[in-house]
Amino acid sequence: MQLRVRALETVLAEKGYIEPAAINAIIEAYETKVGPHIGARVVAKAWSDPAFKRALIADASQAVLALGLLNRVGDHLIAVENTPELHNMIVCTLCSCYPWEVLGLPPVWYKSAPYRSRAVSDPRGVLNDFGVLLPAGTGIRVWDSTAETRFIVLPMPPAGTAGWSEEKLATLVTRDCMIGTGLPKEASEVA
Amino acid sequence: MDGIHDMGGMHGFGKVEPEPDEPVFHAEWEGHALAITRAMGYTGVWTIDQTRAGIEELPPDVYLSSSYYKKWALRLENLVLALGLAGADELKVGHASRPGKALKRKLTVADVPASLTRGSFARPAPSPALFKPGDRVRTKNIHPATHTRLPRYARGRTGVIEALRGCHVFPDTVAIGNGENPQWLYTVLFEGRELWGDSAEPSLKVSIEAFEPYLEPA
Repeated sequence: MQLRVRALETVLAEKGYIEPAAINAIIEAYETKVGPHIGARVVAKAWSDPAFKRALIADASQAVLALGLLNRVGDHLIAVENTPELHNMIVCTLCSCYPWEVLGLPPVWYKSAPYRSRAVSDPRGVLNDFGVLLPAGTGIRVWDSTAETRFIVLPMPPAGTAGWSEEKLATLVTRDCMIGTGLPKEASEVA
Repeated sequence: MDGIHDMGGMHGFGKVEPEPDEPVFHAEWEGHALAITRAMGYTGVWTIDQTRAGIEELPPDVYLSSSYYKKWALRLENLVLALGLAGADELKVGHASRPGKALKRKLTVADVPASLTRGSFARPAPSPALFKPGDRVRTKNIHPATHTRLPRYARGRTGVIEALRGCHVFPDTVAIGNGENPQWLYTVLFEGRELWGDSAEPSLKVSIEAFEPYLEPA
């Protein structure tokens, strides 16, 4: 594919449709700037600031913008909160819809047939594939991203993290826990 | 389109296999396939829904056997050829032998940060929303041969409107060149057993984001 994609890029650049420097800038942005570290800061802020958490649940696009981590946030970012009774999981059964701005590009498994086929019918089995065992009393809610709305899971803060700084809390927040296929790290894992 | 891309509820694909310390791209060309697609999208030659349809229209065997970014690269070639933006002869030799068409705009390095923000698909509402949170609705049993965002597993099912998400470009018409045709969008919540019968665990709930034309009162 390397040669084929290079041929395509060369032809489109020679036609004047695209600028190779811009192509490289996009790649660099996704490799170095946009990623789950942004979502982790959002979650850490929500864990330590109840007013921000309320704002995030009410309108995640506005709340994330106000945080100043991004210059712009696209419309319709929605934060969904885990509780002891309810665990949220995000999928796109039709393609690969994912909150790129706060989590970066989706991992291969998120776009794969096994995840997209089973997340809506057997989410507990999918969680087992990730080594996650929820209490039997915790119900599962799956959000299929079938339109231009995008979802991020707000996980529950791990025990023993009261009083931690936002920076330290952010180190507990994994990409997968913001998709709903994982849980945050335990306090002892980063102490 | 009742295609292979509509995977919700299918069996036989096996376990999910997370990759530890996964790189952003697994080969150099993957990043280029993504970035060229974004840069061409910026020129306005196609819409996001046309590109989704471009993936769905790949032959099922190609869809299943190609990596994610290989599908993106194949779609790019197909769209470029279909829209007459370049010729197969040019892609074959890797050089343009004819001048390009005039496009609306071109992505420059300076535009890149702003271009990473998702586009806005919200539009003014042509009429009031038919449904409100709490209303019971049934999804229509539709099978368009063209692009739609109503997954098969959620057709002909009864659920509850959980939230109104504004009025948006309607993928089903914009993907086939029939205009943005803005429609109200709702989060519709289904009981797991409404979708999967008794095989679903009793507490499971699944929601889709459904455009108003997909719904009727229940």
